[in-house]
Amino acid sequence: MADARSEVLRRVRAALADRPAAPEVPRDYDRTRDLGELPALLAERIEHYRAAVHRVAADGLAEAIAARLAGRGARVVVAPTDLPEPWRVPRVTWRLDEPPLPVADLDACDGVVTGCAVAIAETGTIVLDAGEAQGRRALTLVPDYHLCVVREDQIAGTVPEALARLDPVRPLTFVSGPSATSDIELDRVEGVHGPRALEVLVVG
Amino acid sequence: MGSNPVTWLGTPPFPKAAHAALGDSQLRANLRKATGTIRAKRAEAVAELSDWERLRRAGEAIKDDVLSRLDTYLERLERAVTERGGVVHWARDAAEANDTVLRLTREAGADEVVKVKSMATQEIGLNEALAAGGVHAIETDLAELIVQLGHDRPSHILVPAIHRNRAEIRDIFRRQMPSAPPWLSDKPVALTEAARRHLRRKFLSAKVAISGANFAVADTGSIVVVESEGNGRMCLTLPRTLITVMGLEKIVPTWRDLEVFLQLLPRSSTAERMNPYTSVWTGVTPGDGPQRFHLVLLDNGRTNALADPVGRQALRCIRCSACLNVCPVYERTGGQAYGSVYPGPIGAILAPQLVGDMHDAQAASLPYASSLCGACYEVCPVRINIPEVLVHLRAQATAAKGSRGPEALGMAAAGWVFADPKRYEAAQRAGSLARFLARDGWITRLPFPGSRWTASRDVPAPPAESFRMWWRRTRG
Ligand code: SF4
Repeated sequence: MADARSEVLRRVRAALADRPAAPEVPRDYDRTRDLGELPALLAERIEHYRAAVHRVAADGLAEAIAARLAGRGARVVVAPTDLPEPWRVPRVTWRLDEPPLPVADLDACDGVVTGCAVAIAETGTIVLDAGEAQGRRALTLVPDYHLCVVREDQIAGTVPEALARLDPVRPLTFVSGPSATSDIELDRVEGVHGPRALEVLVVG
Repeated sequence: MGSNPVTWLGTPPFPKAAHAALGDSQLRANLRKATGTIRAKRAEAVAELSDWERLRRAGEAIKDDVLSRLDTYLERLERAVTERGGVVHWARDAAEANDTVLRLTREAGADEVVKVKSMATQEIGLNEALAAGGVHAIETDLAELIVQLGHDRPSHILVPAIHRNRAEIRDIFRRQMPSAPPWLSDKPVALTEAARRHLRRKFLSAKVAISGANFAVADTGSIVVVESEGNGRMCLTLPRTLITVMGLEKIVPTWRDLEVFLQLLPRSSTAERMNPYTSVWTGVTPGDGPQRFHLVLLDNGRTNALADPVGRQALRCIRCSACLNVCPVYERTGGQAYGSVYPGPIGAILAPQLVGDMHDAQAASLPYASSLCGACYEVCPVRINIPEVLVHLRAQATAAKGSRGPEALGMAAAGWVFADPKRYEAAQRAGSLARFLARDGWITRLPFPGSRWTASRDVPAPPAESFRMWWRRTRG
């Protein structure tokens, strides 16, 4: 008997014996749209998912981070190793992911602060790519509170514009609001397994 | 028959099972509320994008391109995944896929795995196969958990516990969840919290996770999982070993193609601009996430569907479940009546093709589980012409029935009322959707292009009797 691989490929080729023509893909959908001021739209769309969004000026960022963490009562906070120095505000115990923190430690922390790779204004989405100021995926998954900083130049308008900026070979996480379920009578409940609270600071 | 796991063993053919479901008023009330809510929201989410029709056409063409050169794309995907540190396995059928997953789980030294909802693993009956091999699979989607703990079957692609109300769910949790307190309330928030606590320990300690895939990018080997609850992220990130079981047809050629599907899927499915979480990973990333990745490519009847020039369009399906929510038959009977992991209009054309045997009475009955009204085609984000395939499969069922026993013959032949292709064509001409709008008043507004029918004055008179009355009279 042939091995599974050759047999499946043989079946596929046999099934296509009628040589169906590969169609031209029409790409006349919108790549970009006039969406107005992107930071404002991003903030509105994230808020729609019932996550808290704050717009801050660049020179007020550290203060805003401190205020958000204090507001949450977050004392022990996880940080990716390359979190910008000024973001590591005082009166917080920072746990740097170096050496990598065990999952149980991540679980015991009050929250995590990161940047992001790209944001999508139209859909209110933040994309993490494990790059600058983000760390590995577990950091933004296990702690119950995620404070994410978005720079204005990181905001794309549409989904096609955002995907063009991303490298799919990096591990990517698209986050649109806090985790949610509608599995019980379609009543939406926020906060299931991911961080139950997501807060976003839009800089600029 | 007896060996195909696509349809559930012992399930009566559709007309009989539907009859039982129609008598269950709790089920019908839940379904009506649920499908009505999703329908209205979806229409809104879709109306927001002025290029929706162009996105649908692009989605259709990308998937048709994939199917027309599936062998090339499969080999390309295999190469890309392997280059990035993943291991690719091929499975001709359910048994082979299950054996592979069981072997890999044992090799990873686990007797318990966490699982993220996946149609493909349900289709092959993976949980049962793992259990037979001494491995306990824990379902981690809230709805799947409800179904699993209730020793039940899923009834909807997207919300598998749609047939259970909150009080029933609380009772199941109280009985089956050691960590659930006896005073657990039936508020969805409290029930969700109970599930979070129940599963969290499992997530943090699991060695092996099993997932499905929504998309796989042939060029880069990237796999995409779209979800809401975060249980997917937990499974895809924390365990050391990840095993993904994926139907052959889930491929898209390039990363760029996802710009179409990441718009089509969330809006069609949960009626959101974007679902809460989408994860993308490629092979193994050192120091981040699972350090062992296995991809199981599953045929299990897909090449059978691919061989049918009319039927193969069913393989474009991205499992959004929009067609279920607009289907009058589905709304009234529920998903379980279809006797398959794929319920509703898509199930009626996909399940029989995966089974690949129209002598199977149940498979042969499924293409009749439709009124051919065309609402499913109107909403389908990849433009699968479900009525066309239904009519095509009915012809196959009729051709096969000569060699079947009298009982099966009767069921397929009596079938469903709008079985006549002439009637179907007439309905297409007159604007079948208009009939819906008039009937029972349960669709109040339809998205483009259906919306144009709401303005139409040339509406055929609505049938005087309700579906249930008709059912009693004709099937009594
Ligand atoms: S057939 Fe179309 S509408 Fe139905 S689940 Fe599949 S993609 Fe969605």
